[in-house]
Amino acid sequence: MEIFMDFLLAFAVGGFICMLGQLLILITKWTSARILVSFVCLGALLQVVGLFKILKEFSPFGVSVPITGFGAGLAEGAIKAVKEDGFFGIFSGGFTAVAAGLAVAITSAFIVALIFKSHSK
Amino acid sequence: MVKTTQIKKGGYIVSGYSAVGKKEHEGPLGKFFHKWFEDDYLGEKSHEAAERKLLKTAFDGAVRAAKLKFGDIDAILSGDLLNQIISASFASRGASSAFLGVYGACSTMALGLGLGATMTQLGAFKRVLVGVSSHFATAERQYRLPLEQGSQRVPVAQWTITGAGATVVSSDKPTEETGAKKSFCPRIVSATFGRIVDPGIKDANNMGGAMAPSAADTLTQFFRNTKTAPKDFDAIFTGDLGRLGEEIMRDLCAREGFTLGAEYSDCGWLVYDSGDAVQMGGSGAGCSAIVFNSYILKKLRSGEFRRILFIATGALLSATTALQGESIPCVAHLVEIRS
Repeated sequence: MEIFMDFLLAFAVGGFICMLGQLLILITKWTSARILVSFVCLGALLQVVGLFKILKEFSPFGVSVPITGFGAGLAEGAIKAVKEDGFFGIFSGGFTAVAAGLAVAITSAFIVALIFKSHSK
Repeated sequence: MVKTTQIKKGGYIVSGYSAVGKKEHEGPLGKFFHKWFEDDYLGEKSHEAAERKLLKTAFDGAVRAAKLKFGDIDAILSGDLLNQIISASFASRGASSAFLGVYGACSTMALGLGLGATMTQLGAFKRVLVGVSSHFATAERQYRLPLEQGSQRVPVAQWTITGAGATVVSSDKPTEETGAKKSFCPRIVSATFGRIVDPGIKDANNMGGAMAPSAADTLTQFFRNTKTAPKDFDAIFTGDLGRLGEEIMRDLCAREGFTLGAEYSDCGWLVYDSGDAVQMGGSGAGCSAIVFNSYILKKLRSGEFRRILFIATGALLSATTALQGESIPCVAHLVEIRS
């Protein structure tokens, strides 16, 4: 039952974030890269002000699976590294924290690109 | 003010050929196109190579339909939408004829026909091949983002045509042997090359609105130059203004005192079903090219159309100028055809 709730909340919260993205595509003239980066920044901002943690407790995957989770991870890593290593943690902490996620994304993108070809619909 | 050049001799349209993609084949004009391809790669490695193959297919088809050999062609006038008009030049590799690359974005077909007719009038060129292409996937890469990036597509009103059209223009009236079996032989009798008109529209998704003023400018100037009116023509076609652009075009012409009636239609709007995801119709250089070389030419041949105007408009923007927030300069070229 708990797993079912996790799915439901992930769908509701994650879906809401994706809906915001879709609205930006429809209403604004922003490029997809700009929208993507905005959500990374939004995630980082939510992490810094402490809202991300509250949202994550409410729906563990709803906020962390979309790109907002990547932004939050960057911020969280940077804050942690600053506490441990001082000033230079600003630069090293973020990428250390998201290294696994980045490597998986790049590797899987490469494999998919090798196998599939793009088509116009 | 732009002039109308009378083509006193030459300008005979010997043949036309159109090659299209699946979506165009499934549209309302599907039965008019000469050849269609199921796969948008056409068996090639890239979409760019596929577009070249489309254009080459149209080249060969037009030459074959004119009962000529490629060696009989004196000059190729060709263009497309890609950087350095690579489809045109690469598809012309191996041809012994002179190659003249022309660029007028989506107005290239009318520009090529006008130039081709003028060249045949000069006498130095007996047979000129005019060919134009566009491809949905290559245009997406050129103007927006490559499909390979897999980013979500911004909903735009018009859909770039996958297709190529080619026409053989000759200085001599074709005899029975050279393909014109039917009694009507279309001839380009005048050409009006337009000027740059920029209404200040910056939205690259509103091409119809940006291009309509240039089409109206060239068309009304033609009417004044030749002292004619819309009712003198069996049909008037614009290239790819789309539904909204067509409405703006009607308004602008009416304001100048030329009311366009049922004789006027837009190639882009004719190509796709209105129920489709394509809200405003087709666009792209291939749009007017495939409609001209199939539907329009067939009706000229059958005598259903005896006197028509073909106006193709081009939005002369690049991806860079669009990102830098510049407005879109547009041009429209017109050819008058009688059969």
